[in-house]
Amino acid sequence: MDNILFYILSGISIGSALLVVLSKNPIYSVLSLIITFASISGHLLLLSAEFLAIVNLIVYAGAIMVLFLFVIMMLNLNETTEKNSNLISKLAATGAAGLLLISLVYIFKSYQVGQFSTQQLTEDFGSAHQLGKILFNEFLLPFEISSVLFLSAMIGAVMLGKKDLKQH
Amino acid sequence: MEIPYELIEKTILVVIVFTVSLLTAMYSTYGERKISAFFQDRIGPNRAGPFGLLQPLADGAKLIFKEEIIPISSNKFLFILGPSISMMTACLTSAVIPWGTYLEIGGRAVEMQVTDINIGILYVFAIVSIGVYGVMIGGWASNNKYSLMGALRASSQMISYEIAMGMSIVALIMTTGTMSLKEIVAQQAEGHWNIIYQPLGFFIFLICAFAELNRTPFDLPECEAELVGGYHTEYSSMKLGLYLFAEYVNMFVSSAVMSALYFGGYDIPFIEYLGLSSNVVAVLGFLFFFAKIVLFIFFFMWIRWTVPRFRYDQLMHLGWRILIPMAIINVILTGVFILFTK
Repeated sequence: MDNILFYILSGISIGSALLVVLSKNPIYSVLSLIITFASISGHLLLLSAEFLAIVNLIVYAGAIMVLFLFVIMMLNLNETTEKNSNLISKLAATGAAGLLLISLVYIFKSYQVGQFSTQQLTEDFGSAHQLGKILFNEFLLPFEISSVLFLSAMIGAVMLGKKDLKQH
Repeated sequence: MEIPYELIEKTILVVIVFTVSLLTAMYSTYGERKISAFFQDRIGPNRAGPFGLLQPLADGAKLIFKEEIIPISSNKFLFILGPSISMMTACLTSAVIPWGTYLEIGGRAVEMQVTDINIGILYVFAIVSIGVYGVMIGGWASNNKYSLMGALRASSQMISYEIAMGMSIVALIMTTGTMSLKEIVAQQAEGHWNIIYQPLGFFIFLICAFAELNRTPFDLPECEAELVGGYHTEYSSMKLGLYLFAEYVNMFVSSAVMSALYFGGYDIPFIEYLGLSSNVVAVLGFLFFFAKIVLFIFFFMWIRWTVPRFRYDQLMHLGWRILIPMAIINVILTGVFILFTK
């Protein structure tokens, strides 16, 4: 059962991820990206990390992608307005994506199936309780620091959004 | 071969929950029209059946048989996808709501909840945040300025009020210590309803629920005076029906969530002194829960026909400058309270 679900979800993820890149209309790209996120949440559920799955859905599919869709709708981008990007940027994008692929392959090459024993994991290792305990004990300092980082990013965004800084 | 009782039970339960939520939504439309008539000193629908009780069926039949127009300049696929997403997300949320304790049928304890996941509230929240796409995609695909304006208003309103709603839920989770709706309702047994511990949180949640449902006084997305019909201007026939119907299903589900989170769900105060059998208590509890839901639906309608609509800047002001700080203060107060009482 798990295997069948895994293959279906993987098919959806890969298919929709390809659609993000291949579709001409940016709206379809965004919608495919939402489907990709939803299927990744499904994968997380299969790994019994419910909290991560739902948070991924809320944050990425529910909030960030709404803002993407917002911008694309406001700018009214579609096939006719899309300009043909020049050769240099295409080459640069291909090169950057290729480098990312190489580094990912290099990282995951050393892992093997069954390398980590699943015996050590308790049944609720992906639950909010366990995650909270780990975040607020082992990783307290990085967690707090990253929250300060988020706060400063938020304030920065608000400052950039103001039209005239001198008036305020 | 072993009979898969669990699967059969859950399938039956899903069908029942689905039917009940659709039927309630159907009769909410009737209720809305009767109540608005009462508030405006009219009679309301009274032709179809006794007291006009068949009116929702007549309305449904009318919507299905009306001519369906898909504008030529619209994006057909997304035009159809919009109302479908709205309706689907409206129906998904009811899966985690505990409708009662359990029924004993033939020696088996049958849970009156489709699924008890330990992050129930977050699931509700995630589905609500996906629901924005229905309105947004539909409004954009219509290729009409009024629709686009309505869709943008609706989605910006929904994502703004989601923040305050999430914050009020954070305070609630802090007091209950669990995110499973079943456990939250079970903790409120014997009259320890969360409304006593979280009055401010409930108040914020209620206002945000109004905004999430796009109901008056927050119905700017479909404000007739400025935007013709808002995001569903170009829709006709059953697609329009699905958008309108999704609002009523959402109203039913959010009433159920509110009664479960803050008003004890299926809990009846002092029922334990009567010494009834557990099956009777479960059925009574469900009816009591349903009564709470109906009261909330009435409250939604009462507000709709009493309070005028906000202006858009007032709406944003209320969301960002009043509700979010209030919700954060509520979280801090709850934290301080927990720290000093435990």
